[in-house]
This record gives sequence, C-alpha cells and structure tokens, in this order.
Amino acid sequence: MGGYLPAAEAERAAQYAALGLDGPTGLYRDVPDSVYLKEPLHMPEPKSELEVRRILEGLAEQNVRFRTILRGAGAYDHYIPAAVSRIAAKEAFVTAYTPYQAEISQGVLQSIFEFQTMICELTGLDAANASVYDGASAAAEAVAMCKERKRTRAVIAAAAHPDVIATIQTYCFGSGTEVVLAPVKDGVTDLTGLLDDATACVYIQHPNFFGQLEDLRGFAEAAHAAGAKLIAGVNPATLGVLESPGACGADIAVGEGQPLGLPLAWGGPYLGFMAAAQPLMRRLPGRIVGETTDSRGERAFVLTMQAREQHIRREKASSNVCSNEALCALTASIYLSLMGRSGLRQVGEQSHAKAHYLAEELCQIPGVSLRYPGPFFHEFVTDLPQPRKVLSALEEQGILGGWVLGDGLLWCATEKQTKEQLDEAVSIVKEVLGK
Amino acid sequence: MKLIFERSRPGRGNDILPPLDVPAAPLPEEYRRKAPPRLPEIGESDLSRHYQALSRRAFGVCDGFYPLGSCTMKYNPKLGEEMASLPGFTGIHPLQPIQTILGCQKVITQAEYLLCEVTGMDAMTFQPAAGAHGEFTGLLLIKAYHHSRGDTGRTVILVPDSAHGTNPASAAMAGFTVKNIPSTPEGLVDLEALKAACGPDTAGLMLTNPNTVGLFERDILDITAIVHEAGGLVYYDGANLNAIMGVARPGDMGFDVCHLNLHKTFATPHGGGGPGSGPVGVKEFLIPFLPGSALGGYGGEQSIGQVRAFHANFLVVVRALAYLLRLGNAGIAEAAHTAVLNANYLKQKLEEAGYTAAFPGLCMHEFVLTLEGLKKETGVSALDAAKAMLDAGIHPPTMYFPLIVHEALMFEPTETETPDTLDEAAAVLAEILRRAKENPEALHAAPVTTVIGRPDETAAARRPVVRYAFPEG
Amino acid sequence: MNIPDELRYTKSHEWLKEEDGIYTVGLTDFAQHALGDIVFVNLPQEGDPLTAGEALGDVESVKAVSDVISPVSGVVKAVNEELLDNPALVNEDPYGAWLVQVEEVSDEEELLDAAAYEAHCAGEEG
Repeated sequence: MGGYLPAAEAERAAQYAALGLDGPTGLYRDVPDSVYLKEPLHMPEPKSELEVRRILEGLAEQNVRFRTILRGAGAYDHYIPAAVSRIAAKEAFVTAYTPYQAEISQGVLQSIFEFQTMICELTGLDAANASVYDGASAAAEAVAMCKERKRTRAVIAAAAHPDVIATIQTYCFGSGTEVVLAPVKDGVTDLTGLLDDATACVYIQHPNFFGQLEDLRGFAEAAHAAGAKLIAGVNPATLGVLESPGACGADIAVGEGQPLGLPLAWGGPYLGFMAAAQPLMRRLPGRIVGETTDSRGERAFVLTMQAREQHIRREKASSNVCSNEALCALTASIYLSLMGRSGLRQVGEQSHAKAHYLAEELCQIPGVSLRYPGPFFHEFVTDLPQPRKVLSALEEQGILGGWVLGDGLLWCATEKQTKEQLDEAVSIVKEVLGK
Repeated sequence: MKLIFERSRPGRGNDILPPLDVPAAPLPEEYRRKAPPRLPEIGESDLSRHYQALSRRAFGVCDGFYPLGSCTMKYNPKLGEEMASLPGFTGIHPLQPIQTILGCQKVITQAEYLLCEVTGMDAMTFQPAAGAHGEFTGLLLIKAYHHSRGDTGRTVILVPDSAHGTNPASAAMAGFTVKNIPSTPEGLVDLEALKAACGPDTAGLMLTNPNTVGLFERDILDITAIVHEAGGLVYYDGANLNAIMGVARPGDMGFDVCHLNLHKTFATPHGGGGPGSGPVGVKEFLIPFLPGSALGGYGGEQSIGQVRAFHANFLVVVRALAYLLRLGNAGIAEAAHTAVLNANYLKQKLEEAGYTAAFPGLCMHEFVLTLEGLKKETGVSALDAAKAMLDAGIHPPTMYFPLIVHEALMFEPTETETPDTLDEAAAVLAEILRRAKENPEALHAAPVTTVIGRPDETAAARRPVVRYAFPEG
Repeated sequence: MNIPDELRYTKSHEWLKEEDGIYTVGLTDFAQHALGDIVFVNLPQEGDPLTAGEALGDVESVKAVSDVISPVSGVVKAVNEELLDNPALVNEDPYGAWLVQVEEVSDEEELLDAAAYEAHCAGEEG
C-alpha cells in the first residue's frame, strides 16, 4: 500500500527466508537499540495515487496565476513552444543518471555536446560546460575560476542581480575571497579606481539588473589592463540581438538559462550556463563532454577532462559540483533548435520593442518617468508615485506589475505579451495615478 | 548519428511567433550583434526525430536494471512528473506577492515537516540544488556557527577515506583544511584514529551512515560523541539515507546538520545528471545561520547569505512531496527495508556465483565486490565485467569506488526491483565470471552490442574537442 | 627501465639535473609508466616560489591526478609550455620532457643517484 514496491509480500517473505531471516529487524542488527525507531514516524498514513493527486492539485490551485506578467528581475515569462516540454519529457532522458557509461549514454552525451556548442555560439567563447545549478551559482563559480595566488579580490557590479551578488558573497565567504562592489552611476557600473594588481576578476551583468546596457567592451579593456579577467553575466534571450560577450572581450560568460524554454516554476529548477575562452577551459567546473572515437573508429562522445573534478581531485578540486541541471540544458537545446537563429533574434527584437513601447506609454502618464537615461533592453525602471497601490490595482486585474525598487518599479516585457495586454496595464496605471 | 547542426539547412525553421504588434525599436548600433549565433535551422518534424534518436541512445531507469551504487536509481513515479507540470506550479513567478503563492509555500512547509520527521532535524532549507550544493551549504553553516562564537581556530573538517569526492571538495570550497580518517579492515571508521585526529582545530566531521561500503557505523553514538567533545559538529551526508529512513534518524544519532538528495532517496528523477535538490536540515541551534534570499526576504543577521537565486529547485520538491505523501510513515520504512533486503539478496546470489564481497556479512542498501582476485587470475578487470554487463542490457554498478577497495564494483539494487530482476542479474554476472575464466579476451572487447565500442578517453582528454566545428564558409 | 646515470632522483620519482645554477625537473620513466597515458600537466607560473618536498604542480591521466613534488626550494625560471599542448611527450620521452627550470635554489630534498634510485624502484615494484 502506498509504495512503489513491485514484489508481492509473499515474494519478499521468500527473499527474507533465503537470507535466513524472518523479517526486516534482522537486517538492522548494527543499528544501536537507542536510535532504532520503535514507533512509526509521525507522518500521515500511506495514500493512494488519486488521493495524493487531489492534495497536490489543491495546493496548486491555492496559487494565483497571473495572465499577464510584466515582472522579470531574474525570471522571465517567455513563450515555451509545445514541442519543447513534450520532447524533453521523454522517459529515457528524464530517468537516466549522469552518462558515466558512454557506450549506452551516447544520446545524453551528444545532447550535452550540442548544448555546449550552442552556448559557445551564443556567448562567442570557445568552451562551455554541461551546466551548473543556476545563473547565480554560475557567477560564483566563475569568480572562483579566476582566483590566483596573487589575485584574490573580485570586483562585482552593484548593478548585478541582488541574488547573484549575494550568492557570490556567500561563495567568497567560503573561499576567503575579498569582494568589492563597484557602484552604480546613472544606472550603469562605474569601475573608476577599483582595479589593481590584486584584482582577479570583474563581474558585470549586461543588461544589468535595471535593464540597462553596460559597456562590456570598455570593461574588458579596463580589466585586461589591470591583468584581471572579465566575467560577463548575460541573458541568453538577448543574445540573438546583442553582441556576444566573447566578441566584446569577456574571458568568461555565465548566465541564467531559464529564458530558454524553462517555466517560471517559482524559481527552479533553472539552468546555470558557463562558457570560457580557450586558456580558461580547464578551469571550468563540472561535467564537460568531449568528442573522440571509439574502438571501431566511429565518432563517440565521453565525459572528458575529468581529472579536474571532485571525484578524482577531491579536496584539491576547484569546485565540488557533481549533479548539474542536465535536463534543463536539454530543454534549452531543444528550445534553441526549434526557435533557430531567426526565432531567437525575433524573441530579442520583440522583447526589446515591447519593453520600449511599454516604457513610452507609461511615461505618457503624468508623474511617471524613466529613472535612468541610458539604453535598456527589455527591462527598465520607472519612478512613479505609490508603486504599491499601482501593483495592487494591476494584481486585481490579473496582471503582475513591475518589481518595487524604492519609489519606482522595475518592469519587463517579452514577446509573449500582446499590445492589448500592455495597453490594458498602462490604462490601469493611468487610472490609479489619475485619482 | 548526425549532430543537430549537421541536420541544419539554410532557410529551414519554424514560425513560432506572430509578427510584432508594436512599433519596432532600434537597438543602438554599438550593442548590435555582428555575426548571428549559428543555431540550427531545422523543421519541427526533423527535430522530433533527432531527439527521438538521441533518447533511443540513452539508458534510463525505464530501460532496465540500474544498480549504480551510491546513486539510488529507484523507479521515478510518473505521478511526480504530472504534479510538477501543473500550471498552478509551473506558471508562478518567483517574486510574486506572498498572498498569491500560498500553494508553493505549503509545498515547502509540508516537505520540510515530513523530511525533518524522517531525519530528526528541526528545520530545513530548500535552497541547495543538489547534494554537493547541500554539503557546501551545511559546511558554511558549521563555519558560521564557530565564527559566531569567536571560535575561529576551527579550520579542519574530518572526512573518512572512503568518502565521496564531494565531501573533501565541499570542505575545501568552504575554506576548511581536510583531514582524512582511515577505515578499519572491517570498513568502518577507526575510532582511535578519529580520537587522535580530533582537537581544538576540529570544525566537524562529515559522514554517511550507512557508509560508502554499505555498512552501518555501529559505533555511531561514540563517533558523534568524540567529535562533540572536541567541540566540533557532525555533518550527515544523506547519500545513503535510503537504507534507514523510517528505521533510524540522523538527528537521534548525534548529527547536527544533514543534507538529503531528493533525486536519490525521494524518487525524483536524475535527468541525465540533474536537476536535483539537496535540502539541508539542521538542529535548532543552527537555525539562525540558515540561508536567506536577497529579494525574497528572511534570513536573519547571522545567516550565511544565499547559495542560489530565489528559493529552491521547487518542481523537484513537488515531486518529492508527492512521493512522501504516497508512501506515508509505513511506506517509507518498508521502502528502506526492501532496499536493504534486495541488496542482501543480490549479494548472497553473487557470492554463491563465486564473486568476492569486499566486506562479508549483512550489508545495508548497497555492497561492494572486489574483483582483485579475478584480475590477478584472468586479467579481467572490474571495468571489463562492467562493460560486459552492457551487452546484457544492465546498467553497470559504480566502478572503482570507494577508493579503499581495489577493483571495486558497488551495487545498489534499490527497493523497486523484483526478485526476478535480481535473479536475472545474478545469472548474467555468473555467466560473465564463467567467460572471464574461459575466454578473458572476449571480455576485454566488450561491449559489442552497443551503438559504440569503448571510446578513446585518452585522446578526448589530451586534445579536448568540446564543441562542434562548423565547416568554413 | 631507463634511469640515466647523470641525473639525480627523488623517492617520489622526479629527476633533477643541475647546470650552471639552473635546476631542471622532470618525471622519471618509472613514473610515466606507473601513471599511464598522461593527458594534462598543470605547471606553476614563472616567478612562483617552490618549496622542496611540496607539490609544484600535477599530472593528470584519464582517471587520476598525481602531484609532482619539487626536489628543490627556489624560484621557477621557466616552464615547459610545449607540454601544455602535447602532454604525451612525458610518456614518450620522460627525460627530454622537462617540466620546470628552477633558479635561486636554496634547499634540496634527499636525492638518490641512479643506482640508489633503481634499487628504490625495484622495492616499489616488489
């Protein structure tokens, strides 16, 4: 009852008998009596599938799904084509382990090789890994890649996502790396006077948390002049349109892959991707798939450069990452293949255009203005009176408005919202502020 | 087979999006991409066949017996998949107002209650995305605890020499020095060596129990007491909890902090490497140090900060909750009993077939064979035997781990296998042993029925090709 | 087993050659044979200080990594960059494929001559 045990009770009794035991107690003779549980755990009795389904469906119904989402701030509501989730749900993909046995895992290995290639193409860099947990942990791992004996300080843009900054700080608390925040000036990063010969790396998010475009090329030059590495945090949905971080001079690019076909899902599972220029390839953490040949001379794929990793290098490994987000990486690969180069460009262009339309319409309302003067991509900050009142009014109509930033809101638009949806939101804001 | 890039042809693709319905907005030229990313151009029908072909070249729990030791490859119930794809969960933005996410919160609080009950812990964080991530988080909690008391000289984490590589790697990432504790010939922690290693610099000990050779550390109460007396904390690596859930609890054994692998013990699938979920449970005195979230609030003054963006690998927690509710109190214990039963049943069959267990007697949920003798006798290694299993449609056990056993093969059959499957696997392995003695050359050549033969891993590592090279022009 | 007479050796299987105050370090034939196919060599940077008896870098095979122990204390004068592209040289020509050159040498580990090293290797093989 309640479990997934395929063997009948009589069969299990026969197994116990084969071992000379009359039941489970004999299996646990090494467990000290004082910790051996004498009573069942204080939790519910076993339930049927139908009962559990009712419970979880009931919980899902207690959430509110907004029909229009104008909030990004690290998680983006893009359209997910039907084929993406259907194909990614194939049972062999879902239930396989890490592809240790290459001979029966070519499908998983090839899918990762294809993912690595797509990430290299998006970022304009030479090598990518098979993924890490999310964009924030990817950024923290990238910072760890750059640390050298004489370079132990990381300069992190304060204009990056707050969760990313906090995650970098946590990892650096572990490793004893000094973190210096580069201030925000007019909505973009100001590195003036922060780089020296103890600086290991500079982390810049582009577009940044406020949606503003950063001067990646300039920061790459500044970092390299000081002998430091530039890590670019990028949004992959922008990279059909924005110049690649590699072409701008970044040494490492990382980011959150959620916009590539993964649902919002209250924050996870998402997908951290990492790519690096050739000289840093062997410092990448986690699984990396390589191409080789098999005993018959045919093309084959394997997990490679494993001597970097924890299961071989143990305490000398630069990262402990073991499990990653392989199924999310597969999902992103399917998304990128289905959308193709023109589809990804359209996602970028339309998100950019719709955000600019929304910004323009909002700024027609008296009291609403853009906070920062520079160019933005698909997120922007408006100052406006009573942001919380505005949000409540939007929420009543099934619209999730921007994220509160002081006396303003950080808005986001993607290709998914229609002009009518944007117009509706604007008219609600107008009505609230007109009162 | 072809790579998806080799199936691509210029001009192919799919109309997914409608035309733009607002005025186009020009991007300043200096930010505009010069060369487009060379993503595939492929129709949906070809794409569907490409991934179908890839999935046929993958091996999941759905394809056959998967006794991969220390990975707990149990059946992944389909109910979990359906519940994790409910729009009421998938469509929720991580930064929605609190009154609109009551369902998500209840999923987390219910999972926290149930998992704390299983482990004997007082609170749990769901931020960690995998077991190793949980280890790192737990070690930072230990570090923050010592620092909060001004006890900054505790810089050493003790790790048994049989431990998973993640343990020492996580300790190093958290800024600790690692000291290895040897195992006794019986495969257990050497208490005298542990006592000798403990001192004023001890921050803590990391331990799996049952340990990585599949034995329950029967001196566990002494072990945790020794570390506590030295002022250290004890970390439970939950990799092997499947053997004892509902039977005994880490919290009752003296562990202060633990992580769980929802993608092992609680039946959520591995996805070819992830996503997992590695929640970390703590005793009450460590609660103030638990992670918070920059945008999500919570996390007190003493919090270690956060280890990822937002809250959790939430959909993995949904699957685990479905599993926990299905099994309930009796089902959880019965799953553990059956996991241990199946391991002992298979171990006995293999010993009868002529294999040598690294450690005699009853095991927990997994056991280790050593093929050292066979290799000396016939030249057939653990690798050869594993590769021969591929030809029989069985996923090999974990090879060459733990490091303290030579020519190791580590089997973990799990509770979701019938005795028929175990009997068949034992017969396959008996046949491999017979062939090893009669015709070792044939085993060096295995596998022969798979889509590729043994790959050249040396060439792959010497000259890494980690991305497709597009033809010029 | 190739053990050139003119070199000196460590018990951890590095060889050492001194010429005009420059000390050249490599891995022995015994070492490369025991390690199997070497796939990557991690070397220090020029100017890095080395301490006798401590790791100066490591060599990777497919499934293992082994520290290279510095036989001397000093400062890295040069590293053999060729090995970064072609680590197989360590297998093919262990006494030609040097790893690092060290200057400003201040201290040495206990070193063996060829005969003593050969006896040491025979003991390890036994």
